[in-house]
Amino acid sequence: MAEGPILKVDRLYKHFGGVQAITELSFELAEGELLGLIGPNGSGKTTAVNLISGFVKPSRGAIIYRGRDITGLAPYAVVRLGIARTFQMVKPFYQLPAYKNMIIPLYSPRVKQMIGGRYGDRDAVALDLLEEVGFERDSQVAYKSASVLPQGYLKRLELAKAIALKPDLLILDELFSGLSLAEVASIVPVIEKLRKEGKTIIMIEHRLKELFRIADRVVVLNYGMKIAEGKPEQVMETEEVKKAYLGVEV
Amino acid sequence: MERRLERIDRGIKARASGVFALSSWREMLYLSAPRLIPALGFLLLPLVLDNYWQKVLLSMAVFALLAISWDILAQTGMISLGQGLFFGLGAYCSGILNHSLGLHPLLAVPVAAILGGVISTVVLLPVLRLRGVYFSMVTLIIPLMLIRIIEATKIFGGTEGLSGIAPLPSKWVELYFILSVLLAALFGFRRMLSSDYGLVLKAIKDNDLSVINAGINIYWYKAQALFIAGSLGALCGAFMTHVYMFVGMPVFALDYSILPIAAAVVGGPGTLAGATLGAAILVPLSEILRGIGGLRIVFYGYFLVVFIVVLPEGIFHYIERKYHQFDRWVEVE
Ligand SMILES: Nc1ncnc2c1ncn2[C@@H]1O[C@H](COP(=O)(O)OP(=O)(O)OP(=O)(O)O)[C@@H](O)[C@H]1O
Ligand SMILES: [Mg+2]
Repeated sequence: MAEGPILKVDRLYKHFGGVQAITELSFELAEGELLGLIGPNGSGKTTAVNLISGFVKPSRGAIIYRGRDITGLAPYAVVRLGIARTFQMVKPFYQLPAYKNMIIPLYSPRVKQMIGGRYGDRDAVALDLLEEVGFERDSQVAYKSASVLPQGYLKRLELAKAIALKPDLLILDELFSGLSLAEVASIVPVIEKLRKEGKTIIMIEHRLKELFRIADRVVVLNYGMKIAEGKPEQVMETEEVKKAYLGVEV
Repeated sequence: MERRLERIDRGIKARASGVFALSSWREMLYLSAPRLIPALGFLLLPLVLDNYWQKVLLSMAVFALLAISWDILAQTGMISLGQGLFFGLGAYCSGILNHSLGLHPLLAVPVAAILGGVISTVVLLPVLRLRGVYFSMVTLIIPLMLIRIIEATKIFGGTEGLSGIAPLPSKWVELYFILSVLLAALFGFRRMLSSDYGLVLKAIKDNDLSVINAGINIYWYKAQALFIAGSLGALCGAFMTHVYMFVGMPVFALDYSILPIAAAVVGGPGTLAGATLGAAILVPLSEILRGIGGLRIVFYGYFLVVFIVVLPEGIFHYIERKYHQFDRWVEVE
């Protein structure tokens, strides 16, 4: 499917009052690609995700998804088109057990449209999806209230909720932050499996070592501007990036 | 032969949840009593009560329904301070349908319920985006505004109201109509809230952004909850119009907004059963206190505070917890 990019971000601007969060951001994404979006704290990564997923309206510029202008579309409508995201600050339904958290995305029009009908038993699908991201089936952890789950499981739950939407483009905002090395190592195969299924993925990461192993390409932001783009190793060699990441070990 | 205490629900819980392989009449009773007792209670009470207490029962059913309506909205994250809006719209709709169009009360009430639900939803549609106290403020203000509008424009009988509205066929029809609506609403909407659909509603309250992020248009679901709650409240108003054979500005009074909230809070929000129980306690309590005259509201307020301080989770949640801890003696070899 070489029919042009799946996503095209075209000269986006976003300012919050006086804060210029995103300045003239442009990049493209090919179908099946895994793009790393990196940059120091406050460089505008999450804002870029919010713009693409419709949670924030750009001040200027356009977002084109599969040739269609989706700028300004409501977030739930963006999901319907096949773009799912996770939140950097996890947003589980704390009043529900983990597996019941999954019912909400499984109930969405996107899923109905993808499976062309109704789920017989959403609970069973929910438990399968949770097992896929590492909720051990025999440990009962999937039945625990989200309010008592440790961060590692909340992150996985966040991922599972996004996967449940059967997205074509998956955006993961700092999925690895706050996870142990072992936890990261257990999630990487999940992401690799998604890639094999042909999903296009954007990963926002501070954990560069882990990211560079799986990313095809990275875009580097600093102060809301794109300062570099290319293969992971090449990008880290450029002067600008070295300056931006001064003192940060890669 | 030795004996030890065992919780009745032990054997039931031990079996896989959802698989009902019941083994004894005792367990059967244990499982069905929570539904059987209120159902039988409400259906038999009218037969043993005198005229006066039948009216109290009727009023209790109306406030229970208003409290259920409030609870459904609260479960969806909308704290309404304006149940009076739903009640009043239903009351006027049914009054006008009967007064001007001559519709039979038994037809006017359900039509007014739907109509009232639609109007409530349309009126509140623009503020569905408001969260928390901002939404509450609007629901509080609108019924008070409607009172002034009716007063100023003199529409629908103005300050005089509409009188001479047809009553329901008999007091028994009245009683059993509202009690069956209450039972149907209680069990029907309880089931709805525990379904996947209800889970989506409750998730909106929990974290609305996360529901949006799951590709669900929360405003559509909030509007649905609003319509359900609005219709239920409107049904109460429509019904009372035919009980009083009159509709006027008092239908938008604050009582209809505040008492249901008190009932839901005292009974325990989130279950609908709590809302019903709360009304079943507060409405008769208010009647009993009528005897003491001027200080009635003080004592009433005092009881409210005591309930809330002693059982902040709500009476229903407390009873539910205790019910699951019922013991029985079992023989041990
Ligand atoms: N809703 C908002 N209102 C005001 N300012 C905002 C808002 N969202 C983001 N900002 C500002 O925009 C800038 C970019 O923030 P953003 O969260 O996108 O950075 P980030 O790259 O994701 O940082 P981090 O690595 O810490 O997650 C910051 O200066 C931030 O304070
Ligand atoms: Mg961020």
